[in-house]
Amino acid sequence: MFSASTEAAEVILKSGWFLENAFIIPIIPAVAFFLIIFFGKKMPMKGSEFGILSMFAALAMSLGAAYQWIQRVNGVSEETYVKPIIRSWTWWQNDGVSLGIGQHIDGLSITILVVVAFISSLVQIYSTEYLHGDRRYTHFFASLTLFSAGMLNMVVAENMIQLILGWELMGLCSFMLIGHWWEEGANSRAALKAFFTTRTGDIGLLVGTSVLFFAANDWTQKTLGVSGFSIRGLSAWALSGDPSSAAITVGAVALFIACIGKSGQFPLHTWLPDAMAGPTPVSSLLHSSTMVVAGVFLVARLYPVFYEGMNIYGNSVNFIVLIGGVTIVIAAALAFVQTDIKKVLAYSTVSQLGYMMMGLGAGAWLPAVFHIFTHAFFKACLFLGAGSISHSASHHSFDMKKDMGGLRKFMPITFSTWIVSTLALCGVFPFSGFFSKDEIIDNVGYAGYNFFMIVGLFGAFLTAAYMTRATYLTFFGEPRGAAAGEHHDDEHDAHASHDDHGHDAHGHDAHAHDSHAAHDAHDDHASHGPRESGLIITVPLILLATLALGSGFLNAPAFGEKWENLKKWVEPRAEVVSVTGIAKPAGAHGETRLAAGSTDTTVPSEETASPEEVVADGTTYSTEDTVADDSELRTTAVDDSHSEATDSGSHSKAEAGKDGGHHYSDCGTKTPVGGVCYAPQLKHAPFKWWKAGMSVGIVFLGMILSWLLCVQLYTRKNKKLVGLTERNKVLGAGYSFLANKYYLDTLYEKIIVRSIAHPISRGAYWFNQNVLDGIVNGAGTSTRKTAGWVYRNVDQKLVDGAVNGAGTSAENAGGALQPVQSGKVNQYGALLFGAAAIGALVLVIINF
Amino acid sequence: MLLNQFLMLGAVLFCIGVYGVIVRKNAVLVLMSIELILNSVNINLLAFSLRNGSPDGHTFALYVIAVAAAEVGVGLAMVLLMYRNRRSVGLDDLSEMKG
Repeated sequence: MFSASTEAAEVILKSGWFLENAFIIPIIPAVAFFLIIFFGKKMPMKGSEFGILSMFAALAMSLGAAYQWIQRVNGVSEETYVKPIIRSWTWWQNDGVSLGIGQHIDGLSITILVVVAFISSLVQIYSTEYLHGDRRYTHFFASLTLFSAGMLNMVVAENMIQLILGWELMGLCSFMLIGHWWEEGANSRAALKAFFTTRTGDIGLLVGTSVLFFAANDWTQKTLGVSGFSIRGLSAWALSGDPSSAAITVGAVALFIACIGKSGQFPLHTWLPDAMAGPTPVSSLLHSSTMVVAGVFLVARLYPVFYEGMNIYGNSVNFIVLIGGVTIVIAAALAFVQTDIKKVLAYSTVSQLGYMMMGLGAGAWLPAVFHIFTHAFFKACLFLGAGSISHSASHHSFDMKKDMGGLRKFMPITFSTWIVSTLALCGVFPFSGFFSKDEIIDNVGYAGYNFFMIVGLFGAFLTAAYMTRATYLTFFGEPRGAAAGEHHDDEHDAHASHDDHGHDAHGHDAHAHDSHAAHDAHDDHASHGPRESGLIITVPLILLATLALGSGFLNAPAFGEKWENLKKWVEPRAEVVSVTGIAKPAGAHGETRLAAGSTDTTVPSEETASPEEVVADGTTYSTEDTVADDSELRTTAVDDSHSEATDSGSHSKAEAGKDGGHHYSDCGTKTPVGGVCYAPQLKHAPFKWWKAGMSVGIVFLGMILSWLLCVQLYTRKNKKLVGLTERNKVLGAGYSFLANKYYLDTLYEKIIVRSIAHPISRGAYWFNQNVLDGIVNGAGTSTRKTAGWVYRNVDQKLVDGAVNGAGTSAENAGGALQPVQSGKVNQYGALLFGAAAIGALVLVIINF
Repeated sequence: MLLNQFLMLGAVLFCIGVYGVIVRKNAVLVLMSIELILNSVNINLLAFSLRNGSPDGHTFALYVIAVAAAEVGVGLAMVLLMYRNRRSVGLDDLSEMKG
């Protein structure tokens, strides 16, 4: 199945059924949602079968699409822009503005599609066991399925409106899922907080979309014939040199504010830890592949807009890098003071999202997308592992200090998958996190942000340390509380008093409200003490852990160019693509490219004459040749413009060869001539073993230090260390600063809300008492006086006179007209015809 | 064309009809007079339709005939009821509406 590209036939690209029909992927779970809602309760598995089957179908289609996409990419040379498969139908149109709905399938969407569908499938399977017997079981699956549908829709979205649709769908479903056990007041508060915090950011999404639409619509309509909402149109527009810097900066900043809200970046990250109030599978889904990734995805999707708007690769620190860097450190520091295992993971997610944002801000597009990919697997595994512990070992508690410890003997599978994922998260060498996180840190340094590279390394140190602490508290040492088989009946009260978020009380909610039999069964397994979870829980864990170990090898520059598969498949190539209707002045192209070399001074000079790069460069060309030879399809139909572009491309390659760049195009640095760019030219830091060694060394340092500290603190109960925060004022202040989450919640709730609400209410009260009451009282008095006068004069004399007069005159008139109503039909007829005759006469006279 | 003659015929029929409606005391005869009026209108419609060469007048006349049939149906039913209740169809007896 081949289809020529619709524009000037440049390159014949492979396509296929799965690619052409990828828009079906989000429709499957959306349909399943309605099936669950309407028929779920009558089904043998209470509706979960619809959800699971739909996710499997989506996964199968995503994998099919991924396979065909790889075929498509392999069919062309390494610098050809691989056209995304875009289909669009008119959704509605009004007065020349028409809005499409469709699909925009490229490497990025395929990557996220596969991740989302895969994690969603596993989470749904896991939930059948984890939420077994819950009384809103069917509704849970319905929301979970719709949630995945929202994310999938956002990923395949062809334009911004469709993207917003998916985005808001996720916001709604996250509200429903976080508040799944809404009987507990804290849970519904957490759901509201998540919803409102992300809504705050969403204002930015609407503003940004509108700003970009009005700025871009003319250009995109004229040049590409698509609306200013289209993602493809916006990408091309951003790099075309047409946008004014004010418009695109405002648009990009507004959109980024939405990403801050959705992706839990500082300072709107506070909703994310509270979102732990939801059931653990929800946390797992929310924090690995959907929802929080949405913001990062939006930046990656509209990268050209952010690239131009935020001046990425510019000389100054841009907004995205700054926010990302701040988020990494503050979230990682917060993870140290949590006793709740899920909150440690939540802050870890915030911190990892900070890495992704920082990477995107520093131009490390591919490492950031790759980090979404790997992070999804190991973070889902960690969350599901925490769920497994609470489900089977710790009597539905998530408190590491009270109810865990020593679990490695009881839960070997959970323990080993946890260790694998922790190592992946910390970025230890063969695990997946190493390949993505280290690339981000490396590229941030390469782009010139030395300070933020150090921030990234420090973040890696903190990550290793807090994960070691969590692992130690959970799996090592002596079993405590519920993990020791202790069954406390008063647990509910205890939780109510000490846990202001109360999510870990859900077990009681799910069970205590159920039948008595269920409660007995619950007591029964609690008295057995900790044990390993069943297959439905452990199999997803094992699958995820395998991917946490192995997925990093998809893009492993450590082993040479041949291992950089994701770069080849996913990264959009920055080629100037000709568009019918744009004249192409010959020669102008080469000149701009010559100029491009000289503007490239922001790149640090250390890589200019490295022998490794020369080798790397050579390999690139040879692989490219073999690919071209092997492929059955290659650039067959090349029109003039394309060959010209290739000519100047090779010209610039010689130019850029000195810089060690691979395939160099001036997209993003110069205004494209004779065509449009859909992606900026990205830089890639060359892999260096000493850099990787350094970061892995830092990780191990963090682990060892943390381990030693944990042993001293929690097992030996070293007198010097235990209670240090109470004795030392500086440390105590630091601890309470962290324990209160930097007082951000206080800031939002007490200061911002109060400073806005209180003066307003006070002013309103004063206004009410003095102005309004005065007006009301004055109005009352004067009304009474006026009313008296009116009564005496108007009412009694004028109105009554008029009414009486009307009555009298009506009576007289009636008496006069009485003879007409003779009751004789003939007389009535005569009157009728007489009137008609007079009317006719009048007409005749008028018409003369 | 003999438009004038048609119009004259229509006018004469109309006047006879009006005379009948006003003068006659018998309800059945009043109804018949109303039929005359309606048919005089039909003649006018047809005359102008033929003159203008458009079928609108014909169509309209058909409608008038249909409505007239319905009207006569209702009218005769009323007359029948009147007769049953009062054993008379004289309109002079029906003066309960006198104000």
